[in-house]
Amino acid sequence: MNNQPLVLIVDDETQIRRLLTITLEASGYWVLAATNGQEGLVLAAQHKPALIILDLGLPDVSGQETLKRLREWSQAPVIILSVQNDEKGKVAALDAGADDYVTKPFNTDELLARMRVALRRSTGKDDESAFQAKNLVIDFSSRRVTVSGKEIKLSKTEYELLRLLTRHAGKVLTHGQILREVWGPNHENDTHYLRVYVAHLREKIEVDPQNPELILTDLGVGYRFSA
Amino acid sequence: MPDDTRPNPDALLAALKRDEARRQRGRLKVFLGMCAGVGKTYAMLEAARREFAAGRDVVIGYLETHGRKETDALAEGLPALPRRLIDHRGIQLSEFDLDAALTRKPRLILVDEFAHTNAPESRHPKRYQDVLELLDAGIDVFTTLNIQHIESRAEAVGQITGVTISETVPDTTLAAAEFELVDLPPEELRARLAAGKVYLPERAATAQDNFFRVGNLSALRELALRFTAEHVGQDVLAARQAHGAGAPWKSGQRLLVAVSTSPTSASLIRWTRRLAGELHATWTAVYVEPLKPLSNEDQARLARHLALARELGAEIITTTDDDAVHGILRIAREQNVTQIVIGKPAGWRVIELFHGGSVLNRLINESGQIDVHVVRAEGKTISTPPVRPDNFWKIDFNVYGWITVVVALVTGLNALLDQYVGFYALALTYLLAVVVSALFVGRGPVFYAATLSALLWDFFFLPPRYNFYITSFQDGMMFTMYFVVALVLGQLTARIRAQQIAERLREQRATSLYLLTRELAESPDLAQLLAVVVQQVGKTFGAETALSLPTENEVAPVTPYFASTWTLSDKEQTIAAWAFQHRQAAGRGTDNLPAGDGLHLPLLAGTRTAGVLSLRFRDNSPLPPAQRDLLDAFLRQVALVLDRERLRDAETQARLSAESERMGTTLLNSVSHELRTPLAAISSVSSGLRAAGELNPAQRMLLTELDEATRRLNRLVQNLLDLSRMQSGHLRTNDDWHDLRDLVNAALQNLGHGLDEYKVKIEIPNHLPPVKLDAFLTEQILVNLFGNVAVHTPPGTNVTFSAKTENDRLVLEVRDDGTGLPAGDVSKMFNRFQRGPEAPAGGTGIGLSLVKGFAEAQGGSVSAENQPGGGARFTIKLPLVKLPPLPKEKE
Repeated sequence: MNNQPLVLIVDDETQIRRLLTITLEASGYWVLAATNGQEGLVLAAQHKPALIILDLGLPDVSGQETLKRLREWSQAPVIILSVQNDEKGKVAALDAGADDYVTKPFNTDELLARMRVALRRSTGKDDESAFQAKNLVIDFSSRRVTVSGKEIKLSKTEYELLRLLTRHAGKVLTHGQILREVWGPNHENDTHYLRVYVAHLREKIEVDPQNPELILTDLGVGYRFSA
Repeated sequence: MPDDTRPNPDALLAALKRDEARRQRGRLKVFLGMCAGVGKTYAMLEAARREFAAGRDVVIGYLETHGRKETDALAEGLPALPRRLIDHRGIQLSEFDLDAALTRKPRLILVDEFAHTNAPESRHPKRYQDVLELLDAGIDVFTTLNIQHIESRAEAVGQITGVTISETVPDTTLAAAEFELVDLPPEELRARLAAGKVYLPERAATAQDNFFRVGNLSALRELALRFTAEHVGQDVLAARQAHGAGAPWKSGQRLLVAVSTSPTSASLIRWTRRLAGELHATWTAVYVEPLKPLSNEDQARLARHLALARELGAEIITTTDDDAVHGILRIAREQNVTQIVIGKPAGWRVIELFHGGSVLNRLINESGQIDVHVVRAEGKTISTPPVRPDNFWKIDFNVYGWITVVVALVTGLNALLDQYVGFYALALTYLLAVVVSALFVGRGPVFYAATLSALLWDFFFLPPRYNFYITSFQDGMMFTMYFVVALVLGQLTARIRAQQIAERLREQRATSLYLLTRELAESPDLAQLLAVVVQQVGKTFGAETALSLPTENEVAPVTPYFASTWTLSDKEQTIAAWAFQHRQAAGRGTDNLPAGDGLHLPLLAGTRTAGVLSLRFRDNSPLPPAQRDLLDAFLRQVALVLDRERLRDAETQARLSAESERMGTTLLNSVSHELRTPLAAISSVSSGLRAAGELNPAQRMLLTELDEATRRLNRLVQNLLDLSRMQSGHLRTNDDWHDLRDLVNAALQNLGHGLDEYKVKIEIPNHLPPVKLDAFLTEQILVNLFGNVAVHTPPGTNVTFSAKTENDRLVLEVRDDGTGLPAGDVSKMFNRFQRGPEAPAGGTGIGLSLVKGFAEAQGGSVSAENQPGGGARFTIKLPLVKLPPLPKEKE
C-alpha cells in the first residue's frame, strides 16, 4: 500500500475533484484534494505528495501564485489544468517550474500518461549514455545518431537541440526554455531559429517529416519529444 | 574624457528621422548644370527612360525641349501630362499642371526647370514649391537646375558673369535631394553654341559673347562641381553618422550672424550659410530691434533678410535692445554661439564714438571666448547709401511744423518777458520748451528745436540784437553752453521716452500672452476655450479671426469654428485646408496661395496639427517682427492647449475602453469556466469508463459517440466565446513564428474524427519557411474551414489544403470537389448567423464569420468562389513577414 504514490489535486470545482479522485484511485494512486491554493499549499507541506495536479483558475490565490510559492520549497512534479487559448498562462506556468499541462476538457488517458512521465522523471536518473525511440538511437558518449541503423550527420546546434529534447522525452519544453538552453539567454524570443532547426531535424530523423511522430508540436507552447 | 568616437545621439536620431522622412516623402533628383545648353533635360530624359524600361510608372509633368530634335525624340513614348493653359492679359501661357499630377499620382514625374517662376494666379509663385508638394505626396521627382539659380551661389555667379540673377531656389529645398552633375567642358559647350545647338532667348543673344566666355564658363563649371562635391560630402557625413563609423562628428560649432536693415545683410547671410555648410555647424540669424520704430521700407527689407536666412536654414531670433552689441552678445551667450559674423562698416560714424566706440570695436572687446568674423559687405552697398538705424534725417514736416510753432510762441513770450528779466533768463524759457517738447517728439525734432531756439535767442535777444553776431566772450560761452545743454537734455529726455515706449510695448506683449494663457487655463470646456482664442487674438492683433478645427473628412480636413469673428469664404476655407495639410502658413504675405485675403497659420503641436488660425488684418502692411513673434507665441500656446484637450479626450477614451475590456475579459473567463467544467467532467467520465475496461462493443461505440459530442460541444463553446470576443472589439493578436504544417496538424487534431471519412490532402511546399502569424486564430480559421467542408459535403469528398507565397502574402486555400457554393451573394456568407438556404443541419452560421474576423484581425482577407471544375474554394490571404536571417553555423 505504501509504495502507491500520493497525488494532491488542487481545484475549486467539486465535480472535477470527485471525478479525478475516482479515476486516479482506480489507477492505483493515493489521492488528496484541496479546494483552493491556500489549502493546497498546507496539504502539500504536511503530506509531501509525489505529484500535484493544479488548476490555473483558482478562486483565492491564482494558480500561478500557488505554483510560485510551492516551488520555493518543493520540487514535486506539478501538472497544470488549463483551458484552451490560454497559451500564455501555460507557458508562464511551465517557465515557473510546472512540469506539464493538460487542456480542459482533457482525456483521462492523456492525463495519466503525463503523470507517469512526470513521476518517472522525478525519481529516475537522466544521465543515461544512450537514448532510443522508435528507429532513432542516440549514443551520447560518442555523439552518434542513427536512424534505422544508418548514421546521420547533424550540425552542432541540431545535435544540442535533439539532445535537449530527448533528455526530457515525454515532457513539454517551452520555446523560451529551448532557446535559452541551446542558443543562449539573448535569443529567448527568436522563435524562428527554433522553427527552422526543428524542420531540419524532422527532415533528418522522422519517417514522414510532414507528419512527425518523434518531435511533437504543442501549438503556442513548445515541443515535446514523444515518450 | 568622453569617448569622442561615440555617435552623438541627437545626430543619430536626426539621421533616423531623416531616413524615415525620406522613405515616406518622394525622392528628388536634380540634374545640375553650370549653365544653359549642357544637356540637363537630355540627361534627365535618358535617366527617365531607364526607369521606364525597368517598369516604373514614369510620367512627364513638364518638359522644355526648346524644339531640340534629339531631346524631342527622347521624350517620345513616355506618357506626358497635358499642360495647364492660362490666359493672362491676352497672352497664352502654358504651365505645369500640379493638380493633374497629384490626381494621376505616378511613381516618378519629370518636372523641368526647378527655378521657374509660375504664371500669376497659380497655386504657388514658384515651381519648386509645386515640386515640394509632389514630394510631400510621396511622388519621386526628376528636375533640372542651373548652378546660378541656387540661392547661396547666385551672388557668386552674379559676380562672375555680371548678370543679376532673379530666379533663385532656397538651398533648404535641395537638402534631401540627390544630384547628378551634367558636365560639359567649356570648349565643347562653345562648339555646341557655335553649331546653334543651344537655345538662347533673343534678348540674351547680345550677351552671348560676354556670358559664354571660356573664363566665365570655367568659373561656373568649378562652382557647379564644388557644389555637387560639397553635397556629396554632406551625404557621406550623414551616412557615417547613421552607421557610427569612427568619423568626424558634428563640429560643435554654432554660428551667429547679425542681421540689420542694411542692404549688405543679404550677402552677410549668404556668407554665413557657406561657412556653416563647410563647418557642418548650425547657425542663427539675430536681429536686434532698436527702440525706434522702423520705416516701412526698412521693415520690408528686414523681412526679406530674415526670410532669406530662414530659407537658407538659419534659426531666427529677434530681440529688443537699444544697444545692438549688448543684444547680439546676450543672444550669443544664451545660444552657446562659438563664432559671430558681422559686416564691415562702410564708413566712419562719428556719433558711435559717443556710445563708447564703434559697434565693431565693442563687439570684439566684449565678445570674450567667441570668435568674431568681420566680413566685407559685398554688392550693392555703394549704390545704396547706408541707412541709419533710426530716422534721424527723415523729416516729418508735421512734427517740425509744430516745433517751429512752439519755438515761435516761446519767442513771442520772451519778447514780452524781455522788459522784466535779463536775456540770460530768456535762454531758460527756451530750454524749458526744448525739454518739454522732447517728451512728445523724437530725437530729430528735438535737435531741430535746440538749434532753432539757440539761433532765435542769438538773433532777437543777445546783444547786438537782430543779427547773429556775438560780441563778448561771456555771451559766446553762454550761447555754446545753451546749445549743448539744450541738445543733451533734449536727447536724453527723448531717449528715456523711447525706452519707456519700448518697455510699454514689451509689457503689452507679455501681458497679452499672460492674459491668453490665464484665460485658456480657466476655460472650463473646449467651446469656451475656442471663444477665448478668437477673442484674444482678434483684440491683440487688430484682426478679424477665424479658427478651423480638424475633421475626419478628407475633402474638407478642417471646418471653421462657429464663434469666429471672420466668416471664411469658400476660397479662404480652401487656403486654410491647404495650410492644415501642409503644415505651412498660407495666404496673404506668404509664398503659398498669396492671392487670399487673410493669413492662415497652422497650429502645430508636435507632429500633429491642432487646427488653423486665420487672420484678416485691417491694413495690409506686414506685421512688424515683434508682433510676428508674439503671434507665433500665441500660436504655440493655442496649439498646445488644443492638443492638451485632445489628449485628455483620448485618455478618457482609453480609460473607458480599458475598463470595458477588463470587464469583458472577466465575464468571458467566467462563462468559459462555467461552460467548460461540465464538459471536462463528461469527458473525464467517458475516459474513466473506458479505462475501467470490461465493456461490450455496443458500450464502446456509445462512449465514442459521447466523446465526439463532447468535442463538438466544446468547439461550439469556443466559437461562441471567440465571437463575443471579436464583437466586443477586444481581439488581440499574438504573432509569432510557426511551421504552417504544425498549424494544419493541430487543426485536424482539433476536429477529432470529424474528417475521418473524407479524403484530405495537404499541399505545403517543402521549402516554405516559418511564417509569422497568430497560431490560435489561424488554427481556428482552419478548424472552421475544414468543419465547414464536413457539414456541407458528403463523406468521401476530396478536401485539399494548399499553401503558397505570393509577393508579400501567404495564400492558404481549402478546396473540395463537392457541390460547390449555393448561388447568390458569396460575400454574404461571411456575415454572422448567415446560413445557406439549403444548408444541412449541423452548422450555426458562426464559423465563416469567425474565419473572416480572424483573417482580418491579422491584416488578411478571405474570399470564396466556385472552382471551374466544380466544388468550392476558400482562399485566405495573410501578410507575409520576411524571415530574418539566421546566424551561420558550421556543420
